[in-house]
Amino acid sequence: MSEIRNYTLNFGPQHPAAHGVLRLVLEMDGEVIERADPHVGLLHRGTEKLAESKPYNHSIGYMDRLDYVSMMCSEHGYVLAIEKLLGIEAPLRAQYIRVMFDEITRILNHLMWLGTHALDVGAMTVFLYCFREREDLMDCYEAVSGARMHATYYRPGGVYRDLPEQMPSFTSSNLKSDGKLERLNANRQGSLLDFIEDFTSRFPGYVDEYETLLTDNRIWKQRTVDIGVVTPERAKQLGFSGPMIRGSGIAWDLRKKQPYEVYNRIDFDIPVGCNGDCYDRYLVRVEEMRQSNRIIRQCVEWLRANPGPVMLEDHKITPPRRAEMKDDMESLIHHFKLFTEGYCPPAGEAYAAVEAPKGEFGCYIISDGANKPFRLKIRAPGFAHISAMNEMTKGHMLADVVAVIGTMDVVFGEIDR
Amino acid sequence: MNTLVNYVRSLFLVELFRGMGVTGRYLFRGKFTLEYPEERAPQSPRFRGLHAQRRYPNGEERCIACKLCEATCPALAITIEAAPREDGQRRTTRYDIDLFKCIFCGFCEESCPVDAIVESRIYEYHFENREDAVMTKSKLLELGEKYEAQLAADRAVQAAYR
Repeated sequence: MSEIRNYTLNFGPQHPAAHGVLRLVLEMDGEVIERADPHVGLLHRGTEKLAESKPYNHSIGYMDRLDYVSMMCSEHGYVLAIEKLLGIEAPLRAQYIRVMFDEITRILNHLMWLGTHALDVGAMTVFLYCFREREDLMDCYEAVSGARMHATYYRPGGVYRDLPEQMPSFTSSNLKSDGKLERLNANRQGSLLDFIEDFTSRFPGYVDEYETLLTDNRIWKQRTVDIGVVTPERAKQLGFSGPMIRGSGIAWDLRKKQPYEVYNRIDFDIPVGCNGDCYDRYLVRVEEMRQSNRIIRQCVEWLRANPGPVMLEDHKITPPRRAEMKDDMESLIHHFKLFTEGYCPPAGEAYAAVEAPKGEFGCYIISDGANKPFRLKIRAPGFAHISAMNEMTKGHMLADVVAVIGTMDVVFGEIDR
Repeated sequence: MNTLVNYVRSLFLVELFRGMGVTGRYLFRGKFTLEYPEERAPQSPRFRGLHAQRRYPNGEERCIACKLCEATCPALAITIEAAPREDGQRRTTRYDIDLFKCIFCGFCEESCPVDAIVESRIYEYHFENREDAVMTKSKLLELGEKYEAQLAADRAVQAAYR
């Protein structure tokens, strides 16, 4: 009789449930995972090294492409680090705009996560509903920055442009009746803020729908309850952050623990799980969407009442307004200096972290006084999470690997960088 | 009592029927999808699509070859060569944007002091050859001429914000 050996299975990178380019080498004992070995680096683009060769502002666009489902949050981490290095602070209105768009990003990310996670586990419909809501938020992204995903909207010293007064609306076509067009454009008559407010009033109802479909569903529960359990102690030791650590019952959230921007002026709660399994992390993320909705509402209220500048007036760091630049020699010189050379922060180092939807996203910048970073280190939350893959999947069945990958909310843009 | 309630709920698949109620309701509601290409999603005047180069109303090209866009392009997608024209004015002899390199960040438009290089609303384009991905000066100017009305209107709306 031949010897029974463990079977080695190659999971991904083309596997549709591998969320991009994850390659897992699984050592199986029948259907049970003995060892899971994640191979990363297939999406490595050298963002950190690339940033060393260009002025600070040029890398903002590349930060969008790190975690490509939570674009503005990665930008935020980078911009905050530069601001710390320069010792400046954005105007209050810009800070509110950033917080609002961080939370919009969080909802975008969690909707994407919920849809794909449910799809992986076997529920198709949630995916369709999630993408319907994402479309509205993508429109907000486009209205404010001009791109649906890779916004390049945050700048050191504020945000590029103020929120638009007119929300873009649908145009007529042969296929649309006038009544349908009117219905589609009903919430797009006013400004972007009106549109966002309308969204926040609709959104809790949508979350209820997702929950009706999933929370009590027996198939969903069978696939997620007691899968990938992480104890609070281990979660700390493994360097977890975001919903991964909160799912294990530790109320760690940078927005509360180290408030940046205006989070300390805003009223919101941090949901925590108690069992540390996939199901708890699902509940935490769903509740986070509701809390984000609350934060956005408060921001909209404040932004309505308080117009003002969204960019610092220090033209050594931020470009002057276009009208000024065309009229005034000094402004023109500033404009040219900024777009060719950029600015030179003092020599030193700074680390700034934001609570990205996936966890702590941080940028560590060392400056040697030049107009380019001497070194940029990106702390991506997903990297710490995926390193726990072996521990979380060991002893589970093959199908549970998919649930664990889903619950980690891995995005390879940020893990491979 | 709770156990009994749970037992009954579980036996009669209550939560599954609730979920099917949600999907069932949507069965009878209108569609959310847009029938592209006949129907389009809303587009913002800030949209950053394919590049174009504009001219002044009198037909003179705006670009003065200051090379600010070339210097500020994070992806190094822009290549400019310049020389004096016959009338002695400095103009570009070559203005290439490599669309394979371009990341559509909008910095070129932001930096241009004369509003020459702009990002238009065009997002549907294709190439049949690799070399077609390089937008040359003539292609950029042609696009600029074709869409000038839209480009000027969008810039006018945005003037207050920039």
